[in-house]
Amino acid sequence: MTHSHLTGLLDTDAIRKDFPVLSRQLHDGKPLVYLDNAATSQKPRQVLDALNAYYEQHNANVHRGVHVLAEEATALYEGARDKVAAFVNAPSRNEVIFTKNASESLNLVANMLGWADEPYRVDADSEIVITEMEHHSNIVPWQLLAQRTGAKLKWFSLTDEGRLDLSNIDELITEKTKIVSVTLVSNLLGTVNPIEAIVRKAQSVGALVAVDASQAAPHAVLDVQALEVDFVAFTGHKMLAPTGIGVLWGRQELLEDLPPFLGGGEMIETVTMGSSTYAPAPHKFEAGTPPIAQAVGLGAAIDYLSAIGMDKVAAHEHAITAYAIERLAEVPDLRIIGPRTAVDRGAAISFTLGDIHPHDVGQVLDEQGIAVRVGHHCARPVCLRYGIPATTRASFYLYSTPGEVDALIDGLHHVRNFFG
Amino acid sequence: MKLDSMYQEIILDHYRNPHGKGLRDGDAEVHHVNPTCGDEITLRVRLDGAVVADVSYESQGCSISQASASVLNDLVVGKPVGEAQQIQEAFLELMQSKGQSEGDEDLLEDAVAFAGVSKYPARVKCALLSWMAWKDATAKALGGQPPLTD
Repeated sequence: MTHSHLTGLLDTDAIRKDFPVLSRQLHDGKPLVYLDNAATSQKPRQVLDALNAYYEQHNANVHRGVHVLAEEATALYEGARDKVAAFVNAPSRNEVIFTKNASESLNLVANMLGWADEPYRVDADSEIVITEMEHHSNIVPWQLLAQRTGAKLKWFSLTDEGRLDLSNIDELITEKTKIVSVTLVSNLLGTVNPIEAIVRKAQSVGALVAVDASQAAPHAVLDVQALEVDFVAFTGHKMLAPTGIGVLWGRQELLEDLPPFLGGGEMIETVTMGSSTYAPAPHKFEAGTPPIAQAVGLGAAIDYLSAIGMDKVAAHEHAITAYAIERLAEVPDLRIIGPRTAVDRGAAISFTLGDIHPHDVGQVLDEQGIAVRVGHHCARPVCLRYGIPATTRASFYLYSTPGEVDALIDGLHHVRNFFG
Repeated sequence: MKLDSMYQEIILDHYRNPHGKGLRDGDAEVHHVNPTCGDEITLRVRLDGAVVADVSYESQGCSISQASASVLNDLVVGKPVGEAQQIQEAFLELMQSKGQSEGDEDLLEDAVAFAGVSKYPARVKCALLSWMAWKDATAKALGGQPPLTD
């Protein structure tokens, strides 16, 4: 296969040298073809070195010691916050809350609103709006909040093409709506959602908007001010950082008004036996010793991505995704679940292959060294919507190559022969 | 090749032509799911005294889970409940053997073909889905009595 017609590709030969695991060989010498990036990304040596350097040279608890290591650890941890703030174009570093993952970030928003005073309080008269394409992490926290408060949970449905159906937006988002929580990019369908239309409607009724950017932050420029939303959640491990570190960005005046969720060390101003007062945001929302090394690792990951440029990462993935969609069309009986073009689309492609169950597809691909995700991808309502039990998903990142797309296509032909 | 140890021809045959599939009358019905992959089975057991008169099922899932339900039907229908429970215990033991057991072919017949699956932790649950549903349904059919061999 010649790939000379593809434009916008990064120098993956150079990039892949930074990722030790990508040179692994599996099953008697087959090179690893890692196409499970929507589940988690691999880590470059620069991130691994930052973790090692932190533990070997600077390890201490943050915000409390006067000794050298404590000051260095604090500077590194807070320096990571500065890097995240710049990465998402936050107006203030105090708007960046470190969590352990995107799920915790979204649970934090739900719990802030459940315990808030008016006008933010979600109660039995309130409505919460989400979409049918959410990851379970942006469904279950809202189901819990609705069950506990008596609020009503409403859903945007999906079109046959895998896009959000906005035709009934005026019935869904009303004066009763307190919060609209929507994913920027679907982890299963790959769809990039039209956030602006939702934000306009939500603003007109005074509702808050939260965005799950887990599949967006790793892959394209993320500008929280341009989005004009109130909260943005994402996770580090999908963007070259370690597991155990996530981010919730929230507008400063909201973070000042909304109550804390978890209580403990770090988040207080004064504590007496009678009551406590709280530290200002973001610390109000960071109870206990935080994931310090992981935050430092996220900072290193952001440095790595920023040196390449998120616009260039996006262009590379767009080219790879378009090429993959073109080549997947060659495989008989293959049905893409989600948009069949690369327009307004992320780099995750889900599909079914005739009657062959995704588990079997994934197993036979694995034998050829190709790692894909199979199952319902923590987005079971999407599978129900399209009448399928599960899908196979290939997802790309800045180190993915056209050659790996070719390997996937060859692998899928082999799967068909195996079960044919 | 390792893959062939999982996808034995016997397993692929049962997958393509499952035995006893479809729901028929039963004394008890259960619905089991494998939450990690979404595989599902609705399974009914009909007892005739102390004999397993029928095991009927509707299911969706991978080749391993579908073939396993077919083999289950072959092995336990017509057997005394106690004997069927011994077969179930032996199959469970085989699937938990991490590839270290070949299985007792006299007792397990076609089910020994699943020995290779036991090397793949992610797939063991696929193979066990219908068997655990059968164990559960049989306990219900016996009127909440614990299985005879427990």
